[in-house]
Amino acid sequence: MADAIRATGLVKHYGAVKALDGVDLTVREGTVLGLLGPNGAGKTTAVRVLTTLLRPDAGQAEVAGVDVLADPRAVRSRIGLSGQYAAVDEYLTGYENLEMIGRLYHLGRKHSRVRARELLEQFDLADAGDRPTRTYSGGMRRRLDLAGALVADPPVLLLDEPTTGLDPRSRTDLWEVIRRLVARGTTVLLTTQYLEEADALADEIVVIDHGKVIARGTADQLKAQVGGERLEVTVSDPGALTPVAELMGPLGVGPPVLDEHRRSMTMPVSGGVDVLRDALDRLRAGGIKVDDAGLRRPTLDDVFLTLTGRPTDGSDSDIDEPVTAEVRS
Amino acid sequence: MSVLNMASDAGVVAKRNLIKIKRVPDLLVFTTLSPIMFVLLFAYVFGGAIDPSGGGAGYREFLIAGIFAQTVVFGATNTGAGLAEDVKKGIIDRFRSLPMSSSAVLTGRTLSDVVNNVIVLVVMSVTGLLVGWRINTSFLEALWGFVLLLVFAYAISWIMAWIGLLIPSPEVINNASFIIIFPLTFVANTFVPLGTLPGPLRVFAEWNPVSAVTQAARELFGNPDPNPNAIASQAWSLQHPQLYTLIWAVVVIAVFAPLATAQYRRAASR
Repeated sequence: MADAIRATGLVKHYGAVKALDGVDLTVREGTVLGLLGPNGAGKTTAVRVLTTLLRPDAGQAEVAGVDVLADPRAVRSRIGLSGQYAAVDEYLTGYENLEMIGRLYHLGRKHSRVRARELLEQFDLADAGDRPTRTYSGGMRRRLDLAGALVADPPVLLLDEPTTGLDPRSRTDLWEVIRRLVARGTTVLLTTQYLEEADALADEIVVIDHGKVIARGTADQLKAQVGGERLEVTVSDPGALTPVAELMGPLGVGPPVLDEHRRSMTMPVSGGVDVLRDALDRLRAGGIKVDDAGLRRPTLDDVFLTLTGRPTDGSDSDIDEPVTAEVRS
Repeated sequence: MSVLNMASDAGVVAKRNLIKIKRVPDLLVFTTLSPIMFVLLFAYVFGGAIDPSGGGAGYREFLIAGIFAQTVVFGATNTGAGLAEDVKKGIIDRFRSLPMSSSAVLTGRTLSDVVNNVIVLVVMSVTGLLVGWRINTSFLEALWGFVLLLVFAYAISWIMAWIGLLIPSPEVINNASFIIIFPLTFVANTFVPLGTLPGPLRVFAEWNPVSAVTQAARELFGNPDPNPNAIASQAWSLQHPQLYTLIWAVVVIAVFAPLATAQYRRAASR
């Protein structure tokens, strides 16, 4: 199978900040690549390079068989982009937005009209199609924006955090739409901050941080690396963390990680509620004052903790992505 | 990219901008109310003071072309604010990811702002006629006067397009253009005869293209200085106001259209 997206050695500086620091990406035709990373990791910059919006300082990229730097216009006619912000014109109706995009893809007047109605129907926006989009809900705008990316039925779709800021219901609806597209053979590159989302949609996941790829593999491979569920214990006295780690050690399937700032210990475990019960017994026997204890599924934080030994730090370098306070689930 | 596609792309973008006028009628109401207010304020507040003999009728005729010039120049600032807003909202990113002509967004925007100015000129002309302004020349000459005003504003639109992409903040654009456009339209022959200005300011006013386009419009409408003793400026720019206006517009477009297009290619959303 051919590669729909192939990028090698992408580098992009913003002043002293390296937004991309030698990123390689490959997406096979008809598959989904999830580009996972915290705010400021370089996800949006990568998408901007692949969609010809930004020229990299170094590196090469080919999208749908066309060199991004040599023939940007040919790339644009083969891709659909849906951004982090729903880039729809709020004064235009949903129909007018889509029809305009069709005209600008040079589909012709008639075909643009037909296609606009078709997509409104497909995205469950037919009833709202003739209303200005400023009356739309956030989920409706996102759907319209995604529909905009599909007007020309492009073989390659690039979706930059397509579900950020959506409520859970709209999120799963959008996932369904993306799945249907992939089933029809579309290649998708999507960026996300949610491990869960990459897990649900992506055939392959690339984790990036500070402009570098720090891991790649299938969701299962990554999870195996990160481990399954985790035991988290928060104590009132940070000094108690070391004894907690000693007490809990034997229950873990991996080493405990201590976070003094949050006064917490996190450790991969397996065995479900029994482990939690066991852990609480041990803590009580050890006379340790516990604020909170529980089991949880691995989050992006855990991926980062495991891969880099430190938590995500979206706060220090969000050069190309807005701050969203939803990194941690 | 064929010329046909370029024109069609620009048309599509212009149509999109004009739909906004339809959807937000308040916008049109206020853009037309302010010039009406200007005509009335200047005609009746300043008119009597400057031209006491004729009860202000002569001054009102003299004034109209000046207000037209000022208003179309302000109308052109919409280009900058509109583009800045599009960058901010990510619409420019959407356009840039489409296989369309890269100049179409700017051409479409500047053209739709011309349409805006046409509407405003019609409203102002009617108001002008109601307060005693008359065209004392032929229809064709008057039409050419209006065209010159629009061409002049069109050139300014390209400057504003460049600024709008350079500083993509609609609020900053609005304030900045106010600071630039106000002196530019006041240190000119728009509202007062040039003879009253002190030396250096007069030289600036004489070569100020706003003066030239105002002078050209006055000549073409047949609205001379009401003061019979006024001495016409000897500056070349005001001796040949139509030619100077056209040269100025062509030079500005030749410089700023490529600058703005290059900036458009670079423009990144925040």
